[in-house]
Amino acid sequence: MAEKEIQVVQNIFDENDRIAFATQEKLGKMGVFVVNIMGAPGAGKTSSIINLIRQLSENKVYVIEGDIESDIDTVKLKELGIEAIQINTNGACHLDAPTIQSSLDGLSFDKPGLLFIENIGNLVCPAEFQIGEHIKMLICSAAEGSDKPYKYPLAFEKADVILLTKCDLKTYVDFNDEFFLKGVRALNKTAPVFEVNAKTGQGFEDVAGWLLQKKG
Amino acid sequence: MHEYPITEQIIKIASGKAKENNARSVTRITLVVGEQSGFIGESIQMYFDIISKGTLCEGAVLEMENIKAKWYCPDCNIHYTRQPFSFACPDCGNDGMPTNIGKEFYVKDIEIETE
Repeated sequence: MAEKEIQVVQNIFDENDRIAFATQEKLGKMGVFVVNIMGAPGAGKTSSIINLIRQLSENKVYVIEGDIESDIDTVKLKELGIEAIQINTNGACHLDAPTIQSSLDGLSFDKPGLLFIENIGNLVCPAEFQIGEHIKMLICSAAEGSDKPYKYPLAFEKADVILLTKCDLKTYVDFNDEFFLKGVRALNKTAPVFEVNAKTGQGFEDVAGWLLQKKG
Repeated sequence: MHEYPITEQIIKIASGKAKENNARSVTRITLVVGEQSGFIGESIQMYFDIISKGTLCEGAVLEMENIKAKWYCPDCNIHYTRQPFSFACPDCGNDGMPTNIGKEFYVKDIEIETE
């Protein structure tokens, strides 16, 4: 009997990332631009998706709704005529690439367009896993407070675009714009920050324009 | 919960490497875990003890090398540990930038037992 040390140096995310890349490539070839929507519970992820779809009316949009339990958001989207499917993680705190890959058959992908994947409401784990997206969109509400970049840095660092929602509440919650933006810029020099209001639809036209430009 | 699928992956990587080397068992796995990787060593250990049962990794010692997160200041050309609620460089006071130091999460090596 002998003992032997073996070098491995293998990233634990390798398999997840390989599957994510395959999804991204497959959908990309079909002309489907994939947006991973991250944000805390109640930040306004579903409302933002609905507002964006209104603005993107010329484009076919698909939605995968990630939730721990319930299909409340999917029902809401289907009532609006949006092609959507539900994934329930039954407790898991984020979506991963194998889960997304196995759920793709539930959507028609009959036309090129955009796929929004609403991740689990959580500012921690969703930032750690690639799921097959072309870009990550971080939804952050004014009501959550301006200290979020300092408390959840990775989500802000990884975001390609940031939406600050519920901007009409800024004065009620003493939102400090300067502190928020200083934190965002320390973590992420390039992601545009769009201020929006899902109740009035204000600001979403600009986000949709940015998305279409990014989609190419 | 978060660590469960990741622990499965660790066992898969270590067992695969052990089989390639005709091992009878894996006696040690060394993981490199960055402070910012989002994974907690104690939680991985807890799942490891359960999931590794009946695999080549059963009974293996899980060793963790923890790496502290570092920020970089391009003005001063230094790496530093950031203070809570601040991203400022301790030398010049300007906000630096995040780096990949502290985001590591990989299986570094394993020790196996052969016939």
